Amino acid sequence: MSDRTETTHARTRRLPQINPVWLLLAALVAGIILMNPGFVEPTGYMNFLKRAAPLAILAAGQVYVITSGGFDLSVGSLITLVVVGSSMLTNNDPAATYWVIPLMLGMGLGVGVVNGLVVCFLRVPSLIATLGMMITLNGLAFLWSGGAPRGYLPDTYRFFGRELVRDVPLVGFIPVSVIVLFVVVGILAWLMHRTNLGRQVHAIGDNPVAARLAGVAVNRVRITAFMLSGLSAAIAGILLGGFAGVSTDVGSGYELQAITAAVLGGAQLLGGRGSVFAAFGGALALTAIFTLLNFLGLPQPVRQVVQGLILIAAVALAMHRRKQTGT
Amino acid sequence: MSGSEGAPPHKTKSGFRLERWAPLILLGGAFAIYVGVVLATGQAQYLTFDNLIAILGRSIALGITAIGQTFVILVASIDLSVASLISATAVLASVIMDGSPAMILPAVLAAVALGGLVGLTNGLVVTGLGVNPLIATLGMSLIIQGCLSAFVSNFAGSVPAEFQVFAYGRLGPFPLALLFLLALACLAWILLRFTKFGSDIYAVGGNEEAARFAGIKTRRIVVLSHVICSVCAVIAGLYLASRLRSGAPWIGADGVYDLESIAVVVIGGTVLAGGRGGIWGTMAGMLIFSLIDSVFNVAGVDSFAKQVLRGIIIVAAVAFYAARSKRIVA
Amino acid sequence: MKRILMATGAFAVSVVPLHAQNFDDPQEFAKQQEQLQAEPMGPEGQPWLQHIGGEMTETADLGLEAPATVCFSNAGVNNPWRVVGYTNMMQEVANHESIGDFVHVDAEGSDDKQIADINDLLAGGDCDVMIVSPNTTAALTPAVERACEDMPVIVFDRGVNTDCPVTFVHPIGGYGFGIQGAEFIVENVDEGSNVLMLRILPGVDVLETRYSAGRRILDEAGMNIVGAEFTDGDNAKTKSIVEDYLMRGDIDAVWMDAGATAVAAIEAFEDSGYEIPVFVGEDQQDFLRKWQDEDLTAIAPTYPTFQWRTAVIAAARVIEGEPVPAPEWVLPQPAITQDELADYVNPAMPPLHYAMCGCESMENYPDAWGGN
Repeated sequence: MSDRTETTHARTRRLPQINPVWLLLAALVAGIILMNPGFVEPTGYMNFLKRAAPLAILAAGQVYVITSGGFDLSVGSLITLVVVGSSMLTNNDPAATYWVIPLMLGMGLGVGVVNGLVVCFLRVPSLIATLGMMITLNGLAFLWSGGAPRGYLPDTYRFFGRELVRDVPLVGFIPVSVIVLFVVVGILAWLMHRTNLGRQVHAIGDNPVAARLAGVAVNRVRITAFMLSGLSAAIAGILLGGFAGVSTDVGSGYELQAITAAVLGGAQLLGGRGSVFAAFGGALALTAIFTLLNFLGLPQPVRQVVQGLILIAAVALAMHRRKQTGT
Repeated sequence: MSGSEGAPPHKTKSGFRLERWAPLILLGGAFAIYVGVVLATGQAQYLTFDNLIAILGRSIALGITAIGQTFVILVASIDLSVASLISATAVLASVIMDGSPAMILPAVLAAVALGGLVGLTNGLVVTGLGVNPLIATLGMSLIIQGCLSAFVSNFAGSVPAEFQVFAYGRLGPFPLALLFLLALACLAWILLRFTKFGSDIYAVGGNEEAARFAGIKTRRIVVLSHVICSVCAVIAGLYLASRLRSGAPWIGADGVYDLESIAVVVIGGTVLAGGRGGIWGTMAGMLIFSLIDSVFNVAGVDSFAKQVLRGIIIVAAVAFYAARSKRIVA
Repeated sequence: MKRILMATGAFAVSVVPLHAQNFDDPQEFAKQQEQLQAEPMGPEGQPWLQHIGGEMTETADLGLEAPATVCFSNAGVNNPWRVVGYTNMMQEVANHESIGDFVHVDAEGSDDKQIADINDLLAGGDCDVMIVSPNTTAALTPAVERACEDMPVIVFDRGVNTDCPVTFVHPIGGYGFGIQGAEFIVENVDEGSNVLMLRILPGVDVLETRYSAGRRILDEAGMNIVGAEFTDGDNAKTKSIVEDYLMRGDIDAVWMDAGATAVAAIEAFEDSGYEIPVFVGEDQQDFLRKWQDEDLTAIAPTYPTFQWRTAVIAAARVIEGEPVPAPEWVLPQPAITQDELADYVNPAMPPLHYAMCGCESMENYPDAWGGN
């Protein structure tokens, strides 16, 4: 990217633009390596990436909604619904995977469409609209399964979340979920930062009225953002179900973690600013925080306190920087 | 929370304003459904005075919390830390009291002080550091819950019988707590409707910049609203400690008081973007929630279907009056 | 430094009395250990009708007429254990002509809501008998006391701090559960072996007692407990925790305070390429199947869901004026061992079905429980 012919002026201006989330991530990873040198082995960092994958994908989708000026609280229960629904539909039949997975991805898109329609046309604030969706989907997951899912997830389904690609040069092996992670984040980042859709998402988040006047189909873009978030939740659900199997509360808490990750990556709540890569970094950083606290042997309560403090500090710092740079 | 610099708010001074009456219409509808379901299932015994009082008393903790939440939402902020604060104060109060009537006053004072501190911090982080209130209070919620869980993991301490009067006492046919809620709502209404502070709240929520130019100390108003919200959460925590005879670190989270109180406020017609709404709408919202619960119980709705319906009802209720608006919502 | 230590000590002392409930009570431990060995009274092969200790108490003087309305205030059906139990219960209700209406209200895991539910039932439910499955012991005590003033009350699963109910139905208890699993580990690994303890949540009475009993036995047998971690009952988290431990060293046995995430824990060993060690799970089908397929050395202590049947049976007996074991109806709490494994594995049942349901001979089995 940075050409050697670039003026020093441009370079100094670019320097402070390194997103602090990468510095935070680097510091955390250094801390983890210090605590546990095994982390530099492929088993160490691949396990880490595998664990971070669902959250990172979720955050990459969430950042679309946040940048366009909304929230999506429904992703956690959508994950649950995907896992529970898959176990109901596959019904122990390995061949069912090939239609169940596309169906689940379609369901993710569908939930996104409904969220988007409710927000755009019923004018329900997204916080409430997706809160309602969260409660509804959770109920649906229970209703569908009668409270206890009926089937196992076949190995074909679990391939994406559980299997490894072996005999890879350099690293030895790569979990399939890590490949999925890079592909999904790559596509979402390209959409956000290299296409018209991404510019429009930013525009309506920045100033919806101005965007509309400039000819942006505000509703269509917002609905698309919710659809991408729903799709990313469905993918995250497939990975989580694959990694750990069926349970009825797989997704709980993921909505707030996804928002936290996006915010750590510098996404601005209520819109106008957000980067898929930085949200990815935010998700890795959040996972790294949890890992580090685990290695330090700190109990759950301390983890909560630290998470809370970091969350506030990250946003306060971002606001401080924004004030200083005057943007 | 001011993502709606869209069209200016409705300025129609005269004529029928749906927004104003929507909560009442919704409440009437909910009540009609309740009566309908009771009659249709042939359970007329549910239409007694006692039962209506029981319905009114179902969601007192939620109602108290929602009154506070109304204040912060009116100034275009939000508070996600109320649930943890409820747990924290319930535990704190019951630990300090530890069964001794003499310790009731110190316990209440300590709880209120904690609430004041939390509200002040929330307010200052939001106004001073410019942190989005959703994140600021979410972070606060994690911090409170973490600190709390570090010290207690179960019901701790106990509330003396004298303090249980708060939740279980009756004045004639009316539960004391219900009258207290009514009094608190009246107080909040007077504060919002008849004082300078009240009109400032609406001004700040409506348009913070304009309010600042009009000479209102907007930051102070936001901070004060957060303090009021936290103190209301404290009162809800004290009520729950009295009702449960003790405090446990999960009671706030179990009742989902953070998200439910926001839903109640919004169903009551207060706009998330701030500046419009009021206490009676919130009270109507609370009653709607109680009625929905009771309808489900009377009709014997399966608890999973109940959740599905509840989610849809929340969205539909808000859509009921939001749908006509031309604004672009956050 | 000394001052800090003293301050911490003083603080700790001041905090200790807060924990009114003692989760490591040697007397209760000894009692439950004895109960595990006791021969239960009642019909053989029908553990939901059996009882350990307790006097048969007459209920004829309650003067109820059949068919009567039974109201059930349920803490929630928010996990598979409660789902299986609730299905048992509804099927059992159909067996009793003396039960007319059966009114069910669900508190969805909230103390506050359950108190309101009980008040609603008292205000307008026309209940003749009430069954309560309390969400928590302390919080529901006043509501249950109020209900006792109006009608006979039967409590099951968790108890209340009052003896006003007709009876309190429950299996032996958490200490028993912890003992069964830990003793199995002690019998199957050498002294000094590495044991990982996995727990769901802190603070839940029935889980804390399982842990304290398990820990006591493992410590006394000289096991090396490498860690005791909370999993939140989350499969993904469980698997991650076990993977982390495996990166640091060998594990010879895994003790769990509840089996919901046992299969995820086992998979961590499989996926990391380790032998599956000695395992303590629970009676969920997915674990039992894994145990059979992989030929594990394992045991499944149970917290039997058949107690939900017993609560209904107790209510029916109260209506009919028949005697019930009181003030506590202590049910047996069998553990599934290798010898009985084949009797309980049933591929037709859903993975999260609890096998110790005592429901195999009921009319709508297995359809009503989600089986094929």
